[in-house]
Amino acid sequence: MIQTDILIVGAGPCGLFTVFEAGLLKLKCHLIDSLPQPGGQCSEIYPKKPIYDIPAYPTILAGDLTNRLMEQIKPFSPGFTLGERAEVIEKDDEGQFIVTTNRGTKHRAPIIAIAAGLGCFEPRKPPIDNLESFEDKGVEYIIKDPEFYRGKKVVISGGGDSALDWTNFLADGVASEVTLVHRRTSFRGHPDSVQKVMDLAEAGKINLVTNSEVVGISGDGNLQSVEVKHKSDGIRSIETDHWIPLFGLSPKLGPIGEWNLNISKNAIEVDTLDYSTNVPGIYAIGDINTYPGKLKLILCGFHEATLMVQSAYKRIYPDKNLVLKYTTVTGKPGI
Amino acid sequence: MENMIKVFVIDRDDNRHELDAPTDMNMNMMELCRSYDLPVEGTCGGMAMCASCHMYVLSSHKLTERSEDEEDMLDEAFFVEDNSRLGCQIKLASDLDRIEVKLAPVG
Repeated sequence: MIQTDILIVGAGPCGLFTVFEAGLLKLKCHLIDSLPQPGGQCSEIYPKKPIYDIPAYPTILAGDLTNRLMEQIKPFSPGFTLGERAEVIEKDDEGQFIVTTNRGTKHRAPIIAIAAGLGCFEPRKPPIDNLESFEDKGVEYIIKDPEFYRGKKVVISGGGDSALDWTNFLADGVASEVTLVHRRTSFRGHPDSVQKVMDLAEAGKINLVTNSEVVGISGDGNLQSVEVKHKSDGIRSIETDHWIPLFGLSPKLGPIGEWNLNISKNAIEVDTLDYSTNVPGIYAIGDINTYPGKLKLILCGFHEATLMVQSAYKRIYPDKNLVLKYTTVTGKPGI
Repeated sequence: MENMIKVFVIDRDDNRHELDAPTDMNMNMMELCRSYDLPVEGTCGGMAMCASCHMYVLSSHKLTERSEDEEDMLDEAFFVEDNSRLGCQIKLASDLDRIEVKLAPVG
C-alpha cells in the first residue's frame, strides 16, 4: 500500500504544482492519473499550443509548462501512479482515506486533493448498439501488447497518428490481415506514417477502406465481423477477430462522481476558504471545482493549490503552528 | 438592433431556441450556446480539440471553409454529415443572421 500525506488525483498542472506547495511545508505527495504521462490536458491534448496567461511567461507551450512544473517539483520526489484510474475511496479505522485504482493499486493518505481537471480521459466510443458486449471480446480501445494480435485479423478505425502507427506496426508480420477504415480520404498524422500506409495499401499488404465507417459489429460471443458503410457504395461486411476504434480521448467525470461529493454541472462544489469539499479531508482544486466566480484558468488552480495545502497541513498537524516562510528566505527547496 | 443577429438552435430534444447573438464580441456559436445554457460542453474552450460543440448547419448561409484542425477534430466525432461543423469555428457575423443549426448527438 502506498502511504503519503496528500494523495493527488490528477497530474495536470494544478496537481503537479500542489506537490511544490506541499513540499515547502514538508508534506509528501503521490499523484494518480489515468494518462500514461503527467501534464493532464497540457500534455495530452495541446502540448504544442502556446499559453499566454501564465504569470511571468508572455508565452509558453503547454508541453513546456508541464516540463517546467516537473522540474520545479523534482526536489520533493513525488510518487506517481500513472495509467490507472482512481476508482474506489474508503476510510479506514484511523480516519485515513484509501483510494484504489482500476488496477487494484492501493493508496493511503489523510488528505485527498482532487485535481482532476475536466475528468478522466477515456477513449471515445463509437455509437454502436452492442459495442459494450464485445469489449474485451474482440473490441479494444488501447493496444497494450501487440503480440495479442499475432496471426489475427484486425480492423482499425481512425485517421490520426495512433491509427496509422498501429496499422504500420501490425501489418509488419504481426497480424494476419490489417484493414484500416477512415471516414475521409486524407489522414491527419505524420506525413511519413501516412506515406507508409499508402505504400502498404498499394502493395496489397493492408486493406485501406476510406470514405467509410464501421456502423455495426457482430459475432457469436466473440467478435467475428464488422459492418462497414461507404459514403456512397453501401454497406459490406468484413470478417475480423479484432476491431480497434482509435477516435482519441475525451474527459469524463468518472468514478469521482460516486464519491459522495456535492457536484454541480460535473464540477465539485468547494468552500473558497480552503477549497475543501463537503467531505472533511477531501479538497478539490483546478478545473474540477466550482464556486461563485470560478474561472477555469491554470493560474487560478495554482492559487487554489497553495491555499488548500495550508489547510491540509493544519488537518494533519492540528497542534503545530504554521509559519509562512518565503522561499527567498528559506533558500532552494528540497526535502 | 445594431450588431445583433438572430440565431436558431435546435437542441437534442428537438426544441427550437431563438437566440439573440452579438456580432461585435468576437463570439462563436459554441460560446453563444453556452451563454444561453444550451447543452454544449465546450470542453476544450474553443480550440477545435474536443468536438463537443459539433452541430449541423441546417440553413443555407455561406460559412468559411472547414480548417484542417476542424476536419481533424470531426474525424474523431460521430454522426458526422456533410453539413457538420464545430460551433467554436463559426464566428458570429452579420451575414449569419437567421442561421439555423441543430446540435449533434454526443457520446
